[in-house]
Amino acid sequence: MKLRLALGMAAAALAAFGAQAQTIKIGELNSYKVFPAFLEPYKKGWELALQEINAAGGIKGRKLEVISREDGGNPGDAVRVAEELITRENVSVLMGTFASHVGLAVSNLANQRKIVFIAAEPLTDKIVWENGNRYTFRLRPSTYMQVAMLVPEAAKLNKTRWAIVYPNYEYGQSAAKSFKNLLTQAQPGAQYVAEQAPALGKIEAGSVVQALAEAKPDAIFSALFGADLQKFVREGNIRGLFKNMTVFNLLAGEPEYLDTLKDETPEGWWVTGYPWAEIKTPAHRKFLAAYQAKWKDYPRLGSVVGYSTMYTVANAIRKAGSTEPEKLIAALKGLEMDTPIGPIVYRAVDHQSTMGAYVGQISKKGGQGVMVNWRFADGALFLPSFAEVRAMRKD
Amino acid sequence: MGSVPFFFMSASSILIQFLNGLASASSLFLVAAGLSLIFGVTRIVNFAHGSLFMLGMYLAVALAPMLGFWWSVPLAALAVAAFGALVEATLLRRLYAAPELLQLLATFALVLVIKDFTLWAWGPEDLLGPRAPGMDGAVRIAGLRYPEYDLFLIGFGPLVLGALWFLLRRTRWGTLVRAATQDREMAGALGVNQRWLFTSVFALGALLAGLGGAVQIPREPATLFIDLQIISDAFVVVVVGGLGSIPGAFLAALLIAEIKSFCIGLGYSKITLVVEFIVMAVVLVIRPWGLLGRMPAQSRGPGTVELPLAFPTRKALAALGGMAMMLALVPLLSAGYTLVLLTDILVFALFAVSLHFIMGPGGLHSFGHAAYFGLGAYGAGLLLLKGGLPMELALALAPLLAVCGALVFGWFCVRLSGVYLAMLTLAFAQITWSVMFQWDAFTGGSNGLIGIWPSSWLSSKTAYYYLTLATCVGAIALLWRVLHAPFGYALRAGRDSPLRADAIGIDVRAQQWAAFVFAGLFAGLAGALFAFSKGSISPEALAVPRSVDGLVMVLLGGIQTLTGPVWGAALLTWLQDAVSRGIDYWRAVMGAIVLVLVLVFPQGVTGFLRERFAR
Repeated sequence: MKLRLALGMAAAALAAFGAQAQTIKIGELNSYKVFPAFLEPYKKGWELALQEINAAGGIKGRKLEVISREDGGNPGDAVRVAEELITRENVSVLMGTFASHVGLAVSNLANQRKIVFIAAEPLTDKIVWENGNRYTFRLRPSTYMQVAMLVPEAAKLNKTRWAIVYPNYEYGQSAAKSFKNLLTQAQPGAQYVAEQAPALGKIEAGSVVQALAEAKPDAIFSALFGADLQKFVREGNIRGLFKNMTVFNLLAGEPEYLDTLKDETPEGWWVTGYPWAEIKTPAHRKFLAAYQAKWKDYPRLGSVVGYSTMYTVANAIRKAGSTEPEKLIAALKGLEMDTPIGPIVYRAVDHQSTMGAYVGQISKKGGQGVMVNWRFADGALFLPSFAEVRAMRKD
Repeated sequence: MGSVPFFFMSASSILIQFLNGLASASSLFLVAAGLSLIFGVTRIVNFAHGSLFMLGMYLAVALAPMLGFWWSVPLAALAVAAFGALVEATLLRRLYAAPELLQLLATFALVLVIKDFTLWAWGPEDLLGPRAPGMDGAVRIAGLRYPEYDLFLIGFGPLVLGALWFLLRRTRWGTLVRAATQDREMAGALGVNQRWLFTSVFALGALLAGLGGAVQIPREPATLFIDLQIISDAFVVVVVGGLGSIPGAFLAALLIAEIKSFCIGLGYSKITLVVEFIVMAVVLVIRPWGLLGRMPAQSRGPGTVELPLAFPTRKALAALGGMAMMLALVPLLSAGYTLVLLTDILVFALFAVSLHFIMGPGGLHSFGHAAYFGLGAYGAGLLLLKGGLPMELALALAPLLAVCGALVFGWFCVRLSGVYLAMLTLAFAQITWSVMFQWDAFTGGSNGLIGIWPSSWLSSKTAYYYLTLATCVGAIALLWRVLHAPFGYALRAGRDSPLRADAIGIDVRAQQWAAFVFAGLFAGLAGALFAFSKGSISPEALAVPRSVDGLVMVLLGGIQTLTGPVWGAALLTWLQDAVSRGIDYWRAVMGAIVLVLVLVFPQGVTGFLRERFAR
């Protein structure tokens, strides 16, 4: 009898221990092999955050466990991978994705399967507006927000003739459209004298530079990035397009893009980006030190995104006190938290975080591109009004 | 706004855009020349040619800081040539006797391996090379600044063309190459050492690819995307010029580069997305063998002899029926991810079987079968979201969109044969893709359509799995049955001997056209099932990689067998799912597995099994 009691107690203790040690599973998916230049830093970012969260005891004693998958960079595979995370791994939350169409497809699945999804990297406005849904929240400042951050600087210069160049897909199209709308509002006399939309990754830079020069613009707005940007910059430099020309280039201040330009870095372009070496806030210093200690490398913007996405998940679960989707949604709506680049709020109205970006100019220092004259633009100030958002969202 | 009429382009701008076109044409020509040469002699559709170009770029960027740019270019090209020779001698040589197109599968595997090797060796970031020393500035032309290096390129292309002309027309080696291009077997019978000849041709082709990549580094960064971009451009140039024709490749490169340059100059930049494929479609419709190409000689390799397709034995039929029954029992064991994966496998199996229908028994190699898959998928999405039809009706009607596509495209395609036909199917697929990609208001543009879910009674995984199982099994059975109906016999007759088939009164073209449409219908059905299983659809459903996946499935399973495509689809889908989870360099692993399969089972997995058990 005594023995049985003792055994029973031991079993109960073991069961309690088991519950204690049970982890909270988070499903993560991204196009690691398709966009490795952006997603390796992103992965390092969330791995650092995960380590910190678990080192601090996890959430109410339960550790977080991230199950990370390759999504192949296309919506069909990404949806299958997300299904696997949901059904086989029983994850409580989904996070990740990079390209907009993949993000939208996973967001659509999350809505169908009723699981919370934190979209980390996608920039498309649609994921929180036209196609926004109850289960999807998005961290990064969207295309619209980043364009809106640049427009005040553009309007200040009061240039009349604008040429526009952007990669021909949704991101570039909506950047160009938002830029024209917002600039015309701020400066009704603005004219758009040329528009070039080369295929993504396939810009014929020499011809595009010549076509832009032919239109004799006062200023250029560009949404190019990656290899297209590098080709455009080199051809423009050699052909003298950028001499005495004001240029605005979305995203070009992000280390992912800026660092590849090296000694071709043009002077004085206005960009959105992330001047990691010069941000002296305590939150960023702490992040920078921890990141460099762990990875022996400097952070890219993707690192901040990965880090903050992981903390979003942890903070939401902590606030909800549960992993129930409905409780998580309630917790995420209006969730306030810190990130390495400042405090953010997930807006209840459209599930968009108010994460900001740095606006400034680029310059060449010792053969490397850096951001100068920069300031932080708080995302909260560059979002449409609640009424406008409600009109766009269907729920 | 946006477009500037031609007469507003200043004379100086016209000149500069013309020169821009010339410089781009030179770059295009270098890659295309190598591809054309390799195809002309070895009949290999070298999918890895873009990867050789990429290797040339990365090697040149890596060597330039040590040796200077001008030394890095020839050294990078030579290194790529050596690599090419190695690949030919150790890998492709074993496959010359295998069925046509199997080398394509091997080179596809190489693409995967080389991509991951490049990532491993040089890291993920784009590498912008140095400007060319001594040619890093600009000269004034008509008052405008024009890069000196572009002037060098304008001269370099014709120089290489001249060198190749000399090599092919004025040397003994060139005579042998031309002999082999015209009649491989006859050249062999006359005592030409084919092994050495093939290796040297492949090495020269690789050299040109590497050279093309290396001379590009002052103009664009080395990236991991460049391989697939270049390969499609190069294919287009080779086919427009005429396979195996080096001057044709030059002419085609010039034509395409100038058209692109002036589209941009005139403000029609959006059309550059697809303009080369439009050019290719137009050229092939008007001149079926390209601008300077000739009707290809009939190849008489041992691989082309095919056994007649036998009607499955009673035992085989029973086994297949048993398989279907077992699949029907799966939901009793698992209601989770297994069903999701099996749904994907069934959809791709139907896609692969429909492709095999025209490729195997039809003899019409299609590189653009994803067009019909995608049209079916978009048909489902559009009928549901824009047409407001109930899901069941949308699913039933969606394949009709694919049929419409196949009716139009097929009519042109069946007028061609061989690789030209394959490339025309690719061109139509790319044009369809660009319409879906571009038509923002209707198709959702690059983001696609979302919210395409099945009706509530079908929304559980089990219910949708049963729908997919029933539809796919029924459709596959029908496709197989048709192959053993008079229609199927006539189709195979047309493939094996068009002249004799014609003589006994079979209208071969009409037969092929009908087969094309029939295959399109079932690819469309697979696409519609796919759309509802994913809840969304984007232009990737009809992009090149989807077509390539289809080809890989068919070839992996065995093109000469009936059930091969099903096993190929299951194997590839399962492999992708299993390997991409947990293995870091999963692409290289996939490539290695495919290579091993190709070397061990050159007849495809099913073909191997059949041979094994037939004894």
